[in-house]
Amino acid sequence: MKYALLIYSQPGSHEALSEEEYQAALAEYMAISSDPRCEGGAQLQPVETATTVRVRDGQPLTTDGPFADTKEVFGGYFVVEAGDLDEALDLAARVPAARLGGAVEVRPVVER
Amino acid sequence: MLASLVGFLGDFDLAEEAAQEAFAVAAERWQRDGEPTNPAAWLITTARHRAIDRIRRDRTLTEKTRLLETPEATMDELDDVVIRDERLELIFTCCHPALAVDAQVALTLRALGGLTTQEIARAFLVSEETMKRRLSRAKTKIKAAGIPFAVPAAHRLPDRLEAAAAVIYLIFNEGYRGRVDLAAEAIRLGRLLAELMPDEPEVHGLLALMLIHHARRQARFAGQDLVLLADQDRALWDLGQIAAGRAALEQAIALRGRGPYVLQAAIASLQSENTVDWVEVSHLYEQLFRLTGSTVVALNRAVALAEAGSPREALALVEELPLENYQYLHSTRAELLRRLGRLTEARSAYSRALELAVSEPERRFLSRRLAEL
Repeated sequence: MKYALLIYSQPGSHEALSEEEYQAALAEYMAISSDPRCEGGAQLQPVETATTVRVRDGQPLTTDGPFADTKEVFGGYFVVEAGDLDEALDLAARVPAARLGGAVEVRPVVER
Repeated sequence: MLASLVGFLGDFDLAEEAAQEAFAVAAERWQRDGEPTNPAAWLITTARHRAIDRIRRDRTLTEKTRLLETPEATMDELDDVVIRDERLELIFTCCHPALAVDAQVALTLRALGGLTTQEIARAFLVSEETMKRRLSRAKTKIKAAGIPFAVPAAHRLPDRLEAAAAVIYLIFNEGYRGRVDLAAEAIRLGRLLAELMPDEPEVHGLLALMLIHHARRQARFAGQDLVLLADQDRALWDLGQIAAGRAALEQAIALRGRGPYVLQAAIASLQSENTVDWVEVSHLYEQLFRLTGSTVVALNRAVALAEAGSPREALALVEELPLENYQYLHSTRAELLRRLGRLTEARSAYSRALELAVSEPERRFLSRRLAEL
């Protein structure tokens, strides 16, 4: 089954790491993305760079910033192929953001 | 039977439907032709055939079942039907932490306890419709999220076993508050788990704990009134069940169990002796506190200390606990103050406990205490 690992991180949590810790965390992200089960993913620019679009009454409404203030911000994702939920959860638990005050949401991907 | 079908089909709903159909066919055919020599195998084979038919009709399911790898059994091959015991896999699926706890409880009772949806709804004081939705949401998630039907790998097993034990203990505690059928159901599930995982000490500890508590159920109430352990009529205890609990506890200890359930069972066992060794009980509570960090456990330790002859030490411990809104903190504190002769303080502590008490028997008990001061 295909799962998306949606990474929500605590703002500033990665920046607060020492250079050495930061490089180690980066290597962990790379290790997941080069795992043969990983089929893709992306790291997003900080939330300050976000623009939100809503269409109301047929009119696009553009605003600065994310949809709402939240403690954790969506920072990136992986798409992985795993045998079952347990395997996907194991991969998710390896994402550094999960232990740095953030969370990883695991969602099955619709396959057609 | 359900466990075997879920294991074979990899699909909860399909297994349930197929089982129902098989029973319906059996009701008709067995009456006409007599019961087959191996009724269980007959039912499972028939259910598998029904399921295969259904899958053929519903092509989209084909990929998702393990059926295609399995040759189809024929009715002449009944003796060859292997009824694998897959109840353990089923337990771990039902108690998977990706499901909400209330769903885990309901699903376990439905799939392993064999309770009807209506019975489960009644036990948890929700409407049958609500319970039906809860079960169906859980089954949908199992399928859609790929919750495995498997015994967890070694690195996950301790956590998952703890989750499964917690579900069974939760069911037991629901029953302990007065709905005895659930307590008996939890004990049955505990026995099943102990039988399926005989090398896990905590599983035996859980079973021991439930058996010993359950053995004292008749003595816990006099009419509608709560009776404290020390005042219970021991003639009402089920000694056979206490012995069974102790046997399970010995097995856990032989397996070098020192986990939370084993410790709690050991405490319950000591408290069922004619003369309770409160010093030992307080030691066990101390170990339990180190494992769990639970303030409620610390409160129990204080009670044991008081019984062991150190009410002053016990009171000091109680007064440190951050359990301001916990009824039993105030009732324990009141009891200690009473024993130390500080009656005015005892009175106000009993009143506070009474304010917080919800259950009627407990309110009556506290009022009685207050009146006696």
